[in-house]
Amino acid sequence: MDSILFIVFAGIAVLCGLNLVLQKHPISSALSLVGVMGSLAVLYLLLGGEFIAMAQLIVYAGAIMVLFVFVIMLLNAGTEPVSKRRLWVTYGGVPLMAAGIGIGAYVLQRSFPSTESVKLGAFQGGGAYEIGKKLFETYVLPFEITSVLILVAIIGAIVLASKEVN
Amino acid sequence: MNFLILSLIKAAVVAFVLMTTLAYLQWIERKVIAHIQLRVGPRRVGPHGLLQPLADVIKLLTKEDMLPSHVNKPFYFLAPFIAVFFALIAISVIPFGTEITIGPVKTAMQLTDLNIGVLFILGLSGMGVYGVALAGWASNNKYALLGGLRSSAQMISYELPMAMAIAAPLLMLNTLSFRQLVDAQGGYFFGFIPRWTVFQGPFPQVVSFILFMIAAFAETNRVPFDLPEAENELVAGFHTEYSSMKFASFFMAEYANMVTVSCVATLLFLGGWQPPFPEQYGAKFVPSLIFALGALLCFYHGFNPARPFDKITLPVVGVVFLGVAAAFVAPVISTILMPLFWFAAKVGIILFLYIWVRATLPRFRYDQLMRFAWTFMFPVAVVNLFVTGLLVALS
Repeated sequence: MDSILFIVFAGIAVLCGLNLVLQKHPISSALSLVGVMGSLAVLYLLLGGEFIAMAQLIVYAGAIMVLFVFVIMLLNAGTEPVSKRRLWVTYGGVPLMAAGIGIGAYVLQRSFPSTESVKLGAFQGGGAYEIGKKLFETYVLPFEITSVLILVAIIGAIVLASKEVN
Repeated sequence: MNFLILSLIKAAVVAFVLMTTLAYLQWIERKVIAHIQLRVGPRRVGPHGLLQPLADVIKLLTKEDMLPSHVNKPFYFLAPFIAVFFALIAISVIPFGTEITIGPVKTAMQLTDLNIGVLFILGLSGMGVYGVALAGWASNNKYALLGGLRSSAQMISYELPMAMAIAAPLLMLNTLSFRQLVDAQGGYFFGFIPRWTVFQGPFPQVVSFILFMIAAFAETNRVPFDLPEAENELVAGFHTEYSSMKFASFFMAEYANMVTVSCVATLLFLGGWQPPFPEQYGAKFVPSLIFALGALLCFYHGFNPARPFDKITLPVVGVVFLGVAAAFVAPVISTILMPLFWFAAKVGIILFLYIWVRATLPRFRYDQLMRFAWTFMFPVAVVNLFVTGLLVALS
């Protein structure tokens, strides 16, 4: 059951990812990205990370992508024009990309040889309680530094967006 | 019994009850608003218009499905599906009552108890925005687009105070599973004050409850925050270009969201199916008493009929009411019905509040809506969360 769900949602994630690149309209691309995020959330769920899955759904698929879609709608962005490609790009693009992915996979496999495969649903402790305990005990310093970083980003955004005051 | 078969049966029952509730919620809304405005409301189809929802469903199904020529077709078709899908699926984590045993089967009155149920609901409400935003954009109509944009901005803004209002009672109850939330609210202070989070120490969550209800009104696009479909400015907002079943999908999504939000408010703040006063003061007999009173009223009007056929119909209804009253004191059935009754009663009161507000308050202006969210709701929610956290940490 777990592996069927994994194949289905991994497939959806890959298809949405491809669609994201292939679509010409920004809204279609943005919605494909939502599909990728949603499928990733299900994959996290299959791996036992319930809290991460929901955070993925709320933060990425929900909040951030809604803002993306919102901005695209406000800017009223139309279909992207297709630029004229060079001959070697038209015919060599797909084989070269496949070769690149193959080399990357080979290098990864060689440098991190894994002895056992991932067991779906074997991991316990991805609930809110465990994550919270880890976040506020073991990883409290990185967590706090990240929040300072976000604060800096917010202040930067306000400075950029505010009108000049004499 | 097989887990799969059991789940299918439960899903079928919940889906049937939810659909019926959605259809009749609209009838109740029309009736209540009519009576508040000194009208009689629908009463042509069936006795007191009781078959009106059925007629509406047939009307919506058989109406001509117009497809405007200028729309972006894939997204135009996708939007109502997204809206109704994310609205209906939320009911799957809502518990309606305690664990029950029917013959050999022992099951909870809930489709699934997620240990992250509250987050699941929040995630779904975030995804529901896409339905509205896409509908507005794909319609290729300035009113629809404005409605969609308003709606997404409003839902994003009010999600923040809503999530913070939800977080405060969670701090006190220490769980994200709806079933455990309700279990943690069982029992009474001094023997009669229920341990619901609105009454529970160290900090009664009244402020959170009010904030949550206000945000819920905005999240479900209801009066006084129904800016996305303000008909005097935007025709009908994001669903201007939709007709027939696609329009009905948005309609259904709105009412399903109302039901979900009311259920969440009940579970988080009002103790779910926990009765409002203890059993030794007779909480067991409240539903029987209500239904018996209803039966008596029916009998009285049956014997003093205003119309000739009341002589037959009202006593029949009275007998049915008496039967329901008897079921609530019957030994085995009552253990199943009692939690359901209290849960439905609380959800019903919140839904009535929705209708009452709709009949009472005028609509906000858009800038007022946004200012209210960011300069009032958000700071109050933050302070409320801080105070709750501090008191929980100290106690």
